[in-house]
Amino acid sequence: MSTAAVVARGAGTGLGLKSSLSRNRRWALIASYFFLVLFAIFFLIPPYYMVVTAFKSDAEVAHMATNPWIIANGVTLDQFKLLLTQSDFLIFFKNTAIVTLCVVAITMVVSVLAAFSLGRMRFWGSSILATGIFLTYLVPDTLLFIPLFQIVKAVGLLNSYWGMVLVYPTLTVPFCTWIMIGYFQSIPKELDEAALIDGAGHMQMLTKIFIPVAMPGIIAAMIFAFTVSWAAFVYPMAFLYSADQQVLTVGTVTSLIRADVYKWGMLMAGALLAAAPPLVIYAFLMDYYIAGLTAGATKG
Amino acid sequence: MAEVSLRNVVKRFDNVEAVRSINLEIPDNEFVVLVGPSGCGKSTTLRMIAGLEEVTAGDIYIGGEIVNDRPPKDRDIAMVFQNYALYPHMTAYENMSFGLKLRKFSKDEIRRRVDNAARILDIAELLERKPKALSGGQRQRVAMGRAIVRNPKVFLFDEPLSNLDAKLRVQMRTEIKRVHQMVKTTTVYVTHDQVEAMTLADRVVVMNGGSIEQIASPQDLYHHPKTRFVAGFIGSPAMNFMRCRLEQNGAGLRVRISDKIGLPVPAARTARYQQLAGKDLTFGLRPEHITEPRRSDRDQNCEFAVTLDVVEPMGMETMVFFTVDGQEICGRVDPNSAAGPSETMRLYANMDHMHLIDPQTNLVL
Repeated sequence: MSTAAVVARGAGTGLGLKSSLSRNRRWALIASYFFLVLFAIFFLIPPYYMVVTAFKSDAEVAHMATNPWIIANGVTLDQFKLLLTQSDFLIFFKNTAIVTLCVVAITMVVSVLAAFSLGRMRFWGSSILATGIFLTYLVPDTLLFIPLFQIVKAVGLLNSYWGMVLVYPTLTVPFCTWIMIGYFQSIPKELDEAALIDGAGHMQMLTKIFIPVAMPGIIAAMIFAFTVSWAAFVYPMAFLYSADQQVLTVGTVTSLIRADVYKWGMLMAGALLAAAPPLVIYAFLMDYYIAGLTAGATKG
Repeated sequence: MAEVSLRNVVKRFDNVEAVRSINLEIPDNEFVVLVGPSGCGKSTTLRMIAGLEEVTAGDIYIGGEIVNDRPPKDRDIAMVFQNYALYPHMTAYENMSFGLKLRKFSKDEIRRRVDNAARILDIAELLERKPKALSGGQRQRVAMGRAIVRNPKVFLFDEPLSNLDAKLRVQMRTEIKRVHQMVKTTTVYVTHDQVEAMTLADRVVVMNGGSIEQIASPQDLYHHPKTRFVAGFIGSPAMNFMRCRLEQNGAGLRVRISDKIGLPVPAARTARYQQLAGKDLTFGLRPEHITEPRRSDRDQNCEFAVTLDVVEPMGMETMVFFTVDGQEICGRVDPNSAAGPSETMRLYANMDHMHLIDPQTNLVL
């Protein structure tokens, strides 16, 4: 075979390989986009329906002949006005905000301290304890609310949103501690050794080194605690029954559904307003998920 | 500044004895390097001095006081870590001043000390940068600055140059030596790199298997190793070891390496080795002492011819590898006189630098 022929064949093989690679990549992309679009549609239909219904008038919602997916008779804010003026929505919102803020604060204090001690201060039984904490998270709240009912009643917090401040951390602390243990363990041990040599005590080490360095993990845990607390349904359903103590999730549903009368417009407007704070929180804090604050701490 | 003493110090992790009753006296201002292979206990020893590991048995003294039960912050030591261990959310200035702030130094004093350290380390322009905006070498300088500002009794370095590339490592090595000459603080430095150990140390402590093999100046260690391990560990390429028999050769002695090669022991050493005549020993000779025949007044009996297996030109010298009785030997020859692979070359063994080792005890005789 001549040299020219060898070169030509080599070039042909190279081209073939390249085009086969790009063909594979194209098919992978097409498949990815197909499933992404499918899932996006599937998950966006309920919020879309919620938004559309919230801006309709009661008459349009009740009129069976209209298309439920579009606003045919013009956009109106009537549902929001009614919701804010004629219902206890603002009380529910205030109660939820108080409960959530308290729960997030309690969760962060407890789980950061617990995670720091379990993740960094090696002591006898620390790893078993860490696993045990996570296992408690696996017990569903639909089982826990029965024994918790007795506890909440015993401490006199039945039908008080402060009772929620007491019980929600049973859902949030285990998982947040678990997240934080992982995060604290990923911080190089030389950092705390350097701090020890620099003269820091354990609390100074935690507040001046670990919390700032682990901020992305702490933010992630905060978002989780916020979401769980904001969206909790079973506990308020079981422990709260007065409108003035109720939270958004249960309060909106119980006050806007009277027997078989569903105030769909107000329900959807309430759901939209209730979903707004988590959306805002996610939008502002999402960057912390990807912020590589530990970059440069050690080689790499 | 202070002297450091380790007396019968033992460290056990569960059933593993990482450090086996070591004794070490480090006088004030001395630069001591702990060197040895991975797992020899050098880092554990350093961490015990720092207070990051508890001592299982024995005592550690800093400045004449037992510090066994003192936490790291009360030992007045500063440590530089292999991976820098800079606080990532703080600027270089904040990193360097962190220890001083915790010790409640005034702002003016902190500024003065940080500026002084920055001047010594040539990092004045980098003080406002965070670690991620610094190169590896700059980060290591900041880590050293953090140690210097404290003006501690003892500096501890835990393989500080291992993460740097070869060129920067040489540069930083000189830098560390320069800083030590300026601040004169007692320094304990851990490395696995024998070149670093030899170039930096006033005294080198060679460790192996949790014990100290030898403590000596770099020159002493090179020329007078006490054990086969030290002889093989110090020097690059490593010393050649060959099975041999020490023979009586008239009034003198001869090292018999193979049927064809027997090398005369210098007259000055005959008395020292006389009672070993007839014994099977290990003969040690560094590659730099196996060369092409150079001096005109050389002993012709120290010459031998070999067939080269591998030839490695290094520029200023050439490494030649050959086999004697199944044992691979390395020599360092002048590039102009080196033969090629599979060719025969005449070599000269400088027996003034020979070592004889007892194969049972591994002690240099």
